[in-house]
Amino acid sequence: MALPNHASTLERVWHYTYLVICALIFLFLIAPILVVIPLSFNIEPYFTFTEKMLKLDPTGYSMRWYDLLLTFGMTDPDATRNASWWADAWANANWINAAKNSVIIGFFSTLIATVLGTVAALGLSRPEMPYRRVIMAILISPMIVPIIIVATGLFFFYSSISIQDWGIPYLGVVLAHATLGIPFVIITVTATLVGFDHSLTRAAANLGADPVTTFRRVQMPLILPGVISGALFAFVTSFDEVVVVLFVGGLDEQTIPRQMWNGIREQISPAILSVATILVIISIALLATVELLRRRSERLRGISPS
Amino acid sequence: MTDATANGAPAKLTTADGKPLKAALASAQSHARRRAFFLVLPLLAFIVITFVAPIGQMLHRSFHNDGFTMHEDIGSGVRTPIMTNLKAWFDANPAGTEPTEEAFAALAADMVVLRELKAPGQAGTRINYELSGSRSMFTKAARKANDLEAPFKDAFLDLDKDWNNPDLWRVMRDASSAYTFNFYLAALDLTRNADGSIEQVNENRQVYVTLFSRTLLLSILITVLTFMLGYPIAHLLATLPLRYSNLLMILVLLPFWTSLLVRTTSWMVLLQSQGVVNDSLVGMGLLDDENRLQMMYNQMGTVIAMTHILLPFMVLPLYSVMRPINPSYVRAARSLGATSWTAFRRIYFPQTVPGIGAGALLVFILAVGYYITPALVGGADGQLISNLIAFHMQKSLNWSLAAALAALLLGGILILYWLYDRLIGIDNLKLG
Amino acid sequence: MKLKTALMATALTGVAFAAQAQEITVMSWGGAYTKSQVEAYHKPFTATTNIKVNSVDADNPATPIKAQVEAGNVSIDVADVEFSDAVRLCDEGLLEPVDHAMLPAAPDGTPATEDFIEGALQDCAVANIVWSTVYAYNSKNVSGTPTTIADFFDTAKFPGKRGLRKSAKATLEMALMADGVPAGEVYDVLDTDAGVDRAFAKLDSIKSDIVWWEAGAQPPQLLADGEVVMSTAYNGRIFNAAVAENQPLEVVWDGQILDFDLFVVPKGAQNKDAAMQFIAFSTDTQRLADQASWISYGPARKSSGALVGKYSDGKTEMAPHMPTAAANLTNALVNNFEFWVDKDAELNERFNAWLAQ
Repeated sequence: MALPNHASTLERVWHYTYLVICALIFLFLIAPILVVIPLSFNIEPYFTFTEKMLKLDPTGYSMRWYDLLLTFGMTDPDATRNASWWADAWANANWINAAKNSVIIGFFSTLIATVLGTVAALGLSRPEMPYRRVIMAILISPMIVPIIIVATGLFFFYSSISIQDWGIPYLGVVLAHATLGIPFVIITVTATLVGFDHSLTRAAANLGADPVTTFRRVQMPLILPGVISGALFAFVTSFDEVVVVLFVGGLDEQTIPRQMWNGIREQISPAILSVATILVIISIALLATVELLRRRSERLRGISPS
Repeated sequence: MTDATANGAPAKLTTADGKPLKAALASAQSHARRRAFFLVLPLLAFIVITFVAPIGQMLHRSFHNDGFTMHEDIGSGVRTPIMTNLKAWFDANPAGTEPTEEAFAALAADMVVLRELKAPGQAGTRINYELSGSRSMFTKAARKANDLEAPFKDAFLDLDKDWNNPDLWRVMRDASSAYTFNFYLAALDLTRNADGSIEQVNENRQVYVTLFSRTLLLSILITVLTFMLGYPIAHLLATLPLRYSNLLMILVLLPFWTSLLVRTTSWMVLLQSQGVVNDSLVGMGLLDDENRLQMMYNQMGTVIAMTHILLPFMVLPLYSVMRPINPSYVRAARSLGATSWTAFRRIYFPQTVPGIGAGALLVFILAVGYYITPALVGGADGQLISNLIAFHMQKSLNWSLAAALAALLLGGILILYWLYDRLIGIDNLKLG
Repeated sequence: MKLKTALMATALTGVAFAAQAQEITVMSWGGAYTKSQVEAYHKPFTATTNIKVNSVDADNPATPIKAQVEAGNVSIDVADVEFSDAVRLCDEGLLEPVDHAMLPAAPDGTPATEDFIEGALQDCAVANIVWSTVYAYNSKNVSGTPTTIADFFDTAKFPGKRGLRKSAKATLEMALMADGVPAGEVYDVLDTDAGVDRAFAKLDSIKSDIVWWEAGAQPPQLLADGEVVMSTAYNGRIFNAAVAENQPLEVVWDGQILDFDLFVVPKGAQNKDAAMQFIAFSTDTQRLADQASWISYGPARKSSGALVGKYSDGKTEMAPHMPTAAANLTNALVNNFEFWVDKDAELNERFNAWLAQ
């Protein structure tokens, strides 16, 4: 998108204005995230920048909220910090339990959503699929129905079938989150399949491969980026979901967003900002790693797209 | 098709193993259709069982409310019909009949039953939904049920003069049947008056239509704003080389991955009257201390926060549509003499329309159903319809009204979805 | 005394028979209030009976009860609810009846039924505290000293935003009292259409300056960061912010609205017997006096009053901060639960409509 040599002055001015506008929009996107990071070091239990913080006075800053993530909910937070203290934290600290729950629920709901969604997308992308529009609408409906209705409807339904007595932990929440993540998987995988060159499958069949082998060795590697993209969306949806967990989640199924909701309403506590900072750092690390891997694979293959 | 045998009848085309071609084609096609369907079947069954059925059950409450007709004992699950005598009187007498001594006698007998089952609160609440103040009449009458004797009409009027209210009898008649549309009427700020015709609710109780239109308008506003902010950066990301655009994409994905609650809280910190934005404006001298901008706990707060949260949903579909667009089209247009504005307007923009449609649909639908952000930053005039559904679900416990509101909302969204499918096609929905 | 020993004995034998450690779940309002309950009730209860107490929070513990009971999926064993909610839920058959005979007597032998304040014992509920809706201001942001409820509605004299609970209850009564209605006549006036109109008119006068809160922990936060200059609040939360966190917040007792909080057991609770044990234990004389050392709420028992001493910091006397202290009762209103049981739905509907306009 470089400026061509023949660009007029007006076009140059517009070009730079356009870049400034884009920079401002990116700032708008990232500003709230940046604000959160210094605020998580606030020594006062309130969500404002105190005078001490603005003057960069070190007494206005502290790591107490990061500490609270470990100690909140422990049976004996003031004991000496040895191995048994860490064992106590791992077993009892509210935030650590919430993190464990979030990861477990996120993993299983993503798994269910991705597997079922990919298989269904394979069927949906075929031109001979009957009732395609109606089925597509039904499958995307979890994204459309207001979340409060989904949450209460699922609560009554799961209660009426006593799902909590089935003995499988987290079952209700995992199923609910899988349901919410499926539209994303369907949308991304069908989009990838729409652009898929079916002559490759026909060539594979021609060479003697049965449908399963074709899928495994020809289709899957090519649609893998779309599937992973969909799985990522599904995971984020589950990881960030709070309303359904509020209704359907049992008392030992509290996730990170549920704990955050608590921190905003009932126990106003900047600990949620420390959690957010940690998650932001993890996300940046993840995205940067993915990009570095991509560049490395480019170098290895000797090609450079675009 | 052009093959003709010697005797003039067209030859039946056959496949290699002797089957007629038409039949073979048909069976191959139906085989392919079945296979496609069976691929979708597991997911379809899953969604129907875990989603469609529960939601359907929930929405069923919007036209079915048996609070006045059936009592279920919570411990044992035993269901007992209530208000049966009154129902019998209603069946025997047409609508609009003045309640006679017989009617009051039936009512008294029912009160005794209510008292035994401890259900006067339940029956009274059902009537209270449509006529305020009725609940206490029922609980009071049930408490004295065993002491009521003929003449029953006077006995009831002694307890409370309002037992003679024709509106009360109309509501009770309506409630005697579990199936009713009155909750939908209430959801549209309508009610029935004494002779059964529909009229608008008292002016200072009208709230739902206002909220529906406010939700619609704000969602459209947010969609337009996300479009205006998202289009430039999507274009930038699509035209930069991959190594730079992926890094900038992190700036788009990072807010997307950050928790909704955290983003909302940080907007609270930024936009409060003592927040970062106001403090910097005052510090720079652009604003004096008494006239700080009110950007939080009102509509502006809702709009700003929701625009920020929904922006990635507009950028990602736009990006996925813009990336494959071939730049040579625009270059060709320029070389043919078009100004850059004309080239953009007539060559580039039309190619991005599917992405705009997909992004706009996604943002609009999400905005209409949003609940958490308006609850935290909306204050009083930034509330959307979802917040009122939540209120009825959790606080006033009028689940039938909540279900009616939700059904109306859902109906509106489905119509929109159908329109979108007609105009643009759902296959063109991509998320990058 | 005998009852207490009997209760202890039953508790201990109960423990002896139980093969595994029992647990109960208690739902409360969060923040400083939950902390006071954990210190004064939960920990001693677990120490005495070995029954673990799980504490969960909600903006209003009454809200999940109906859904859970009707769905047959009750996960709460004890909930702490407001007076009118307790009566309404009981009327609808959603709560277990409480046997008042199991409640321990006062140390001097007075039976529980006479020791509790009038109205504290209901068919399905036992009161634990007397609390009050008051308004507080941040003395750093307000010049002058607001002293009456009318000052709260006077944005000319005390400019700045106001925080109000997002609910018709307590808000409408304060509006009427600020408009000059004497406390004794508030509910009679509010029972008429003209009275309701009058209350909403008064609220209209400051509507554009109101920031609405729903969770008890919000008013101290709003006052501390200067978002509002005055706010209604649950009095105990302001006390904690002022004393424990050294915020410059002052309470104005004029126009306070007193109410009970009561313990209830939802019908179908899984640990009903342990729940009843918990209620009996937590509402005995010493326990109610203990909670007063963590937060400024008055005990619902007369015998506890004498045992109320200092705050847990060892320095602040609690007695003057109680809603029931004589100095604070000059213009106080006791919440009329019967009125709200009937009119809650209607007035909240009108309130929502008013908010949306």
